[in-house]
Amino acid sequence: MASEARNRVRFEEEALELADQVYQVARHIAGSRDEAEDLMQETYARAFRSWRSYEPGTNMRAWFLRILTNLNIDHGRKKQRQPQTEPLEEGDYYLYNRIEHGTADDRESEERLLERMSQANVVAALAEIPHDFRDVTVLVDIGEFSYQEAAQILGIPVGTVMSRLHRARRMLKTKLAPAPEELA
Amino acid sequence: MTRPHCEKCEELLQLYVDGELDEGDAHTAEAHLDRCGYCRSRYRLERRFRAVLRQFAAEPISDELRQRLSSLRSMPR
Repeated sequence: MASEARNRVRFEEEALELADQVYQVARHIAGSRDEAEDLMQETYARAFRSWRSYEPGTNMRAWFLRILTNLNIDHGRKKQRQPQTEPLEEGDYYLYNRIEHGTADDRESEERLLERMSQANVVAALAEIPHDFRDVTVLVDIGEFSYQEAAQILGIPVGTVMSRLHRARRMLKTKLAPAPEELA
Repeated sequence: MTRPHCEKCEELLQLYVDGELDEGDAHTAEAHLDRCGYCRSRYRLERRFRAVLRQFAAEPISDELRQRLSSLRSMPR
């Protein structure tokens, strides 16, 4: 087998070994399982076509996720961005503040938040967060990328990663928090 | 029980939990955690929040998708 063909096969094998890890992120970057599967297929098709642009020895998972997030943006995300970046409602902050900045019962509230977390409500809460914020928390909290890596994947400054991450986690905690009557 | 609110602690705490502090700042954070029960408790909760989030967000890739991806290879088997 010619050297180039061997390199290509090696690239493809390595990429397929990463599929499960790439999917963990793709599943929540996309809004649903079906969208995530389509996005994965499109990402792998594009990556396999442009395999020569991957620099061996660099982070392949990050390279795939850069393709994946760009494709996701191409899929009409841009037109949805404006309403999705609207500020949280006053009530959301109120609830969050009770959990994050209250007094004696803070930790009890947060303990209850952790106890209430389940696969169903975590998946639903992630899906409800605006894309710009969700992408960052999915890359850092689920994909375990560093801030710098997340910034490179998304093509945004590290400072933006930090501020979006902070807000994304606040939104998640708000959505997962016990209802006000449960806190009373 | 009340506590003084400290934005600086909160910012350092988040960066520390995320493993984003350099060695010097990480030592500062650790020294603070050793003597501040409130921040120690927040640290544990933040770590658990991330772990639980990761645990519940995990969904295995389907065999069907794995096969579809595999068929995209230049020389499918």
